[in-house]
Amino acid sequence: MSDDDINLTVDGQPLTAKRGQMLIEVTDAAGIDIPRFCYHKKLSVAANCRMCLVEVEKAPKPLPACATPVMPDMVVKTRSKLALEAQQGTMEFLLINHPLDCPICDQGGECELQDVAMGYGGSASQYTEGKRVVMDKYIGPLIATEMTRCIHCTRCVRFGEEIAGVRELGATGRGENVRIGTYIEKSVASEVSGNVIDICPVGALTARPSRYSARSWELQQAPAVAPHDSLGSNIFVHLDNGKVNRVVPRENEAINEVWISDRDRFSYQGLHSADRLTTPRIRQNGELVDCDWDTALQAAVDALRSGAGKGSLGVLASAHSTLEELYMAQKLARALGTDDIDHRLAQTDFSADASSPAMPWLGMSINDLESLDAALVVGSNIRKELPIAALRLRKSALNGGRISFVNPLDFPMHFDASVALSPRYDRLADELCRIAVAAEADLGKLRGLPSLEPDDRHRQIAAELRDAERASLMLGSLAVNHPAFATLAALAEAIATKVNATLSYLPSLGNSAGAWLAGVVPHRRAGGSALGSAGRHAGDMLNQSLNTYLLHGVELEFDAANAAGAMQAVAGAEQVICVSAFDSESIRQYATVVLPAAAFTESYGTYVNATGHWQSNRGLVEPPGQARPAWKIYRVLADLLELQDIAYTSPEQITREVQSQCANIELNNLTSGSAQTDYQSIDYGDALLRVGEIPIHRVDPLVRRSVPLQKSNDGKQAFASMRHSELQRHNINDGDQIVVVQNGSRVTLPVKLDDAVPENCVWIPGGLTETAALGPLCAAVEIQRS
Amino acid sequence: MTESVLNQHSLDEINEWLGRYPPEQKQSAVLAALRVAQHQNDGYLTTELMDACAEVLDMPKIAVYEVASFYSMYETKPCGRHNIAICTNISCMLMGSDTIVNHVEKKYGIKLGESTADGKIFLKVEEECLAACAGGPMMQVDHVYHTDLTPEKVDEILDALD
Ligand code: SF4
Ligand code: FES
Ligand code: FES
Repeated sequence: MSDDDINLTVDGQPLTAKRGQMLIEVTDAAGIDIPRFCYHKKLSVAANCRMCLVEVEKAPKPLPACATPVMPDMVVKTRSKLALEAQQGTMEFLLINHPLDCPICDQGGECELQDVAMGYGGSASQYTEGKRVVMDKYIGPLIATEMTRCIHCTRCVRFGEEIAGVRELGATGRGENVRIGTYIEKSVASEVSGNVIDICPVGALTARPSRYSARSWELQQAPAVAPHDSLGSNIFVHLDNGKVNRVVPRENEAINEVWISDRDRFSYQGLHSADRLTTPRIRQNGELVDCDWDTALQAAVDALRSGAGKGSLGVLASAHSTLEELYMAQKLARALGTDDIDHRLAQTDFSADASSPAMPWLGMSINDLESLDAALVVGSNIRKELPIAALRLRKSALNGGRISFVNPLDFPMHFDASVALSPRYDRLADELCRIAVAAEADLGKLRGLPSLEPDDRHRQIAAELRDAERASLMLGSLAVNHPAFATLAALAEAIATKVNATLSYLPSLGNSAGAWLAGVVPHRRAGGSALGSAGRHAGDMLNQSLNTYLLHGVELEFDAANAAGAMQAVAGAEQVICVSAFDSESIRQYATVVLPAAAFTESYGTYVNATGHWQSNRGLVEPPGQARPAWKIYRVLADLLELQDIAYTSPEQITREVQSQCANIELNNLTSGSAQTDYQSIDYGDALLRVGEIPIHRVDPLVRRSVPLQKSNDGKQAFASMRHSELQRHNINDGDQIVVVQNGSRVTLPVKLDDAVPENCVWIPGGLTETAALGPLCAAVEIQRS
Repeated sequence: MTESVLNQHSLDEINEWLGRYPPEQKQSAVLAALRVAQHQNDGYLTTELMDACAEVLDMPKIAVYEVASFYSMYETKPCGRHNIAICTNISCMLMGSDTIVNHVEKKYGIKLGESTADGKIFLKVEEECLAACAGGPMMQVDHVYHTDLTPEKVDEILDALD
């Protein structure tokens, strides 16, 4: 027993605890129930509800267990007459203003107030006066409010301030008139806002999309892993008669703690979209028509054979797919003799492929993200790309970690950056180069280095990284998809090596890591071993038309780096086989065979997260109509093609096979060898530069179809944003409609004032229906008043 | 930067207050800033004014709304430009504040909590002890305390308002 340990007795039971712990933490750990509302283990102690009152010997009155530190030899009674009376009294007070509308409340059956009232309350109230009523304000499409039910525990307010880092809810008014809310009518904007639904102990905040659709006790709960970002947050899927009714977090301290992003919580709404493909289809006389599986499979087989025969078969598979699907697509491609396979649809510079890591990864555990002394994030809107990882990084910052950014836009963060550099996107590498110079990094591997002088900001970043015990240099998707990615990677590596920081990648899609492991790249086999000669990468495959494409889970108009160009390339193909869960306008345009696949929750599948952690989902619900798990589709295709070694009888067999191939993989983001990289100076000079990201709710086909997410604040992205000086220069105003001309394509968009956008830039996101016609996310554009 | 709805005079005054606190504690000036903003707007705060204060003080907007809605010296709905608060707490009540309230209500034909139609007078609802008990009944008119009230004295004070 260390000095820090103390002994106490609770309800006659001897317990040990650490000095400084609150009583409720100790009793929780020991499995002794103390009722509570305001206390939450992840939030600060507010001690405002008084529900946790217990009797402590020698104390003159009952004490709140959540705010009473343990003391040596303390004797606590949680069920004594004094304690029970105190709890009952509190309960009666809390119910004075509560509407007791449990029969029409969504929280009924999983309500802390209901449970505690049953366990600790009286059966009747002495209160006969009128109750307080609170008028509700609309706070967005994700959270429904019924604030008359609120018991003012302030958990939701503390969540905003302490965890999400955006104060949107507050307690306004005083005394009898206190109410929790946004005060003004406004959609909450946090990307993790849905967590207040879980922590609200009553039915004041409930999930709007699933409201009134089922009773909690009728739902079945199944563990799963969320597929939308490379964290793989743990979730429970709640099923109502074989239909996904809602998604809630599943605690995992190593990954998502007790939180999930709104994207992971509400994406399931896309499962029930009218776009779901339910029958195979083939093109006849120019029209896509429904057909049976045999016909479609035979058409696919013919197409694959003829494409492969001509040496012109390209396979593009989206990294939101499961490991098994990706591996099967890859195995099929390679068995047909092609290495033209890739998942990196948004990437534009592939020149680092030869020296790329076998699986770009985080380089550390997710827990490590919260104890960094310094970090430099390059090219990532991490808060929207990896919302839960960003919460961890925020903890580092709050603990004094110096977190800096080099981003094409000064993305609003939920903590104070140490230095936030926002050069124009084309000059990203120059900015990083200045930091490298300031850090005195060895840039010997870079040919044609420009001479760039660092200023104080670059020197500060370099010094902070150097002086930190735990430091990381992170490359996000805006770096990986940058036209000078190889240069950025080489610079990042040079800096990281010099300052002794971990080089981290922040893969954006749900299974990016899995796609690398499954060999869905043109230069590596499954398991990461390099090929003698590489196949065509995504860029090449979409630059000019191939004879045949196999597209797995891909929506080119949103996923491809150059959406407009990719659509053209595929339109010129002879055969396009689409394995997809969703129909789309573009599939109707270019597909010659459509094979309907199972979506998330509908089939077994594994996701590998950014730390290389493998997690598998079971199939929980039946795929709609004739849709089938994609691994099975590939299995049957392989059979029909008479390919060897591909006759799996269960998907777990596939998992095991990939596992054995990955047994010796060494995760290392640093490149070996002394290969030289040309310093690519991308420079659009005086031209107005269009820059954009793929927004949070547009990353994969499932989220794209979640109507509530699209209607939420983060879903509204179709704007041309410019800083004030830029608006003046072009003589336009916030809210005007303008025509953007990029490479001959014209798109009309509303203007938005945003001073986070650099000079001479217009921020126009990709991945949107409204902007798909424009093409690359980094290009010179003209704007005209419409 | 878009222009602030706070006028230059208000901004100067708020900055003067800010000078009294450490730079990382700007929110310490929130009470003063709200008072200044309210004064600029003839006696009540609008959401725009509160947002402007939040901007100047580097505070979340909701935190400013919380403060403004908590303290009774801020009005968050349109009201008459002269703020009349008659104390009705125990000492003043014992000294006859009811008579004063009745008198004023009748004089203007409005109830506590209401404003006159010409936007001149606002009768604050149920003011609590203003710590001038020795001079009860008392009232505060705008920033000024008036003690030992009688209906006549009240008339004199109120009629002098512009
Ligand atoms: S809304 Fe819910 S979480 Fe927020 S204060 Fe009220 S009861 Fe607590
Ligand atoms: S849980 Fe202890 S006071 Fe609320
Ligand atoms: S009771 Fe009126 S001032 Fe104190």
